[in-house]
Amino acid sequence: MRTFKMGGIHPQEYKLSAGIKIQDADLPRQAVIPLGHYLGIPSNAVIAKGDTIKVGQLIGQAGGHVSANVHSSVSGIVNRIEGAFDASGYKVPSVFIDVEGDEWLESIDRTREVKRECTLTPAGIIKKITESGIVGLGGATFPTHVKLTPPPGKKAEVLIVNGVECEPYLTCDHQLMLEKGEEILVGVTILMKAIDVNRAVIGIENNKKDAIALMQRLAKTFEGIQVVPLQVQYPQGGEKQLVDAILGRQVPSGALPIEVGAVVQNVATAFAVYEAVQKNKPLFERVITITGKSMAHHGNYRARIGTPLISVVEQAGGIPEDTGKIVAGGPMMGRALSNLDIAVAKGTSGVLFIPTVESARKQMQNCIRCTKCVVVCPMGLEPYLLMTQSERSMWKEMENERIMDCIECGCCSFTCPSNRPLLDYLRLGKTTVNKIIRNRHARK
Amino acid sequence: MSILILSLATLVTVGAIAAIILFIASKKFRVFEDPLIDRVEAALPSVNCGGCGFPSCRAFAIECVHTESLKNLVCTVGGIATMKEVAIIVGKDSGILRLPVAVVRCGGGCEVRPLTNRYDGVNSCAIVHNLYGGETGCTWGCLGYGDCVLSCKFDAIHIHPKTKLPEVDDDKCTSCNACVKACPKSIIELRKRAIKSRKIYVNCVNKDPGDLIAEFCSVACISCKKCLEACAFDAITISGNLAFIDSDKCTLCRQCVRVCPTNAIVEVNFPGRKNQQETIEEVMNPAN
Repeated sequence: MRTFKMGGIHPQEYKLSAGIKIQDADLPRQAVIPLGHYLGIPSNAVIAKGDTIKVGQLIGQAGGHVSANVHSSVSGIVNRIEGAFDASGYKVPSVFIDVEGDEWLESIDRTREVKRECTLTPAGIIKKITESGIVGLGGATFPTHVKLTPPPGKKAEVLIVNGVECEPYLTCDHQLMLEKGEEILVGVTILMKAIDVNRAVIGIENNKKDAIALMQRLAKTFEGIQVVPLQVQYPQGGEKQLVDAILGRQVPSGALPIEVGAVVQNVATAFAVYEAVQKNKPLFERVITITGKSMAHHGNYRARIGTPLISVVEQAGGIPEDTGKIVAGGPMMGRALSNLDIAVAKGTSGVLFIPTVESARKQMQNCIRCTKCVVVCPMGLEPYLLMTQSERSMWKEMENERIMDCIECGCCSFTCPSNRPLLDYLRLGKTTVNKIIRNRHARK
Repeated sequence: MSILILSLATLVTVGAIAAIILFIASKKFRVFEDPLIDRVEAALPSVNCGGCGFPSCRAFAIECVHTESLKNLVCTVGGIATMKEVAIIVGKDSGILRLPVAVVRCGGGCEVRPLTNRYDGVNSCAIVHNLYGGETGCTWGCLGYGDCVLSCKFDAIHIHPKTKLPEVDDDKCTSCNACVKACPKSIIELRKRAIKSRKIYVNCVNKDPGDLIAEFCSVACISCKKCLEACAFDAITISGNLAFIDSDKCTLCRQCVRVCPTNAIVEVNFPGRKNQQETIEEVMNPAN
């Protein structure tokens, strides 16, 4: 069975919420819809305090090239536009909406039947995706229309669809494939048309056998779509790792997958594209997983963007007693949250409750030069060296050691027998070097 | 025997030729260097800290000798005494009278700015800043992990055990700028040094609107603009919900300190005054 060649780990899977049907999360009393995006420029608000708005209405216009439109996920009255904490622990501009009823825009098709035919031209599809504010739902929330518009001179050969979900605990993509398999496949054909390729490969890890069987059966009725089971290995969901696993091609350092003719999209993104193009529904809700070892009821919830996490958590049975850390996203790449009042964002894939014993950091010891971190690094870096350089502020040397290739997967910290906080220092180095590079470009 | 003589003769001849070449070269390619540079360099502390803005003490010495006035040159380590010495050596006026001093602009100690969450990772402000907003509701203020303390080569900055905020020892501070660069939140600022180390400054860097920050910190600047009205010297400006006192224009009259409702503006090293005491008592017992 295929997997990527360099590095990687296999942490225990703990897919506790697997097979649990997606439920609709309750509408919040007040929605806090972030206008900022994890990467890129925040959107500009196009509504004002006191406006009455409907579900699906545009509230934030993309603020630049790497930015996306934001739509209202609820109907009601705009209370205020103000900074609100997001998962990053900083304040981002957000729209506070007092919810009244659930009135959708008439243009949105709320019927359930699957619409297969798409008559739009490739340019029309990309325009629709741009308008609908679709971003990569795998976590990095990179605007999808930017990915679908390759730089001049580059041509995509194959579309790779990421159904890997390599993070432990998370099951939102898995469940989405089981329940919305056909819609996802229609979304994939639309994406194929948009980038003008006739081949798409869906990669699914082998711990989701039901999803593989279902998708393989459904894919037979579509032309050019192939479903490939992959060996379970973290971080297979990383773009470059997935391209390596499926095509056997290595993306060069500092380049994007388009360099080797691939465009990678997540299954949830494919589903969002289906809804936007066929049902005229902008991106304003997503599936999130609520789970944790000490949690009594795990679940997958379809939550509107802007729903405070605490409201979804309470619907799932509240915060478990034995909780040391609450993490937004998976245990490997997720961020520990400082409070639960933050809202579901486009990139929120789940809320994970980690028991006190497991969440405690262990005593850091000296590096014993065992090179385990080098062995597991999927990007071929030397984390132990980069950490030392970061501690000593050797930014130039870090740039030469290709810190910008780091995908922050956390394999190095996970595997270190001396409990060294490698990822913390690598992240610091990466942000600092990124700033230095940006300043250099700005000066030119 | 002849081999011995031959080899000796060869050695002497080669040596003599080399000596002649070296002699001519040293005369012909001689570079004149001002002897003052060596003397200035000897007067400098020779730690090559870079605090003056030059890569080494020698580079600084060269600049001191070649420049017309010493006005903008200052050795941060040696301070006034060294600059006076340098001025005597090069025979120019030393421009700087008082070096600025580092000021930590955050008053959010443990009591006035309660924790909202707990952080258990690496003890480094840079890493915490990179990760999230910090352990309190204020994302602007001091994180308290002491990157500034580590950066100080002169033992002039320490974390106060009670407030967990850094404090600068004005006597030891050489205004080398290291802590200013080390602070990821840009809290530390170099401010003009006044008589007896007296200082008046806004002890806050938060730029959130007043109603939002008041929830998380009781000594934050809430941009109420009362100080703006109280200042008779146009020394105070407010930008981005934060007041700032220009130390060049400030006359240390203390009017702004008196009107500040959150005690965000602080006075340091002033003799106690009667009015101030009364105001505090009024605040403590509003019934009177």
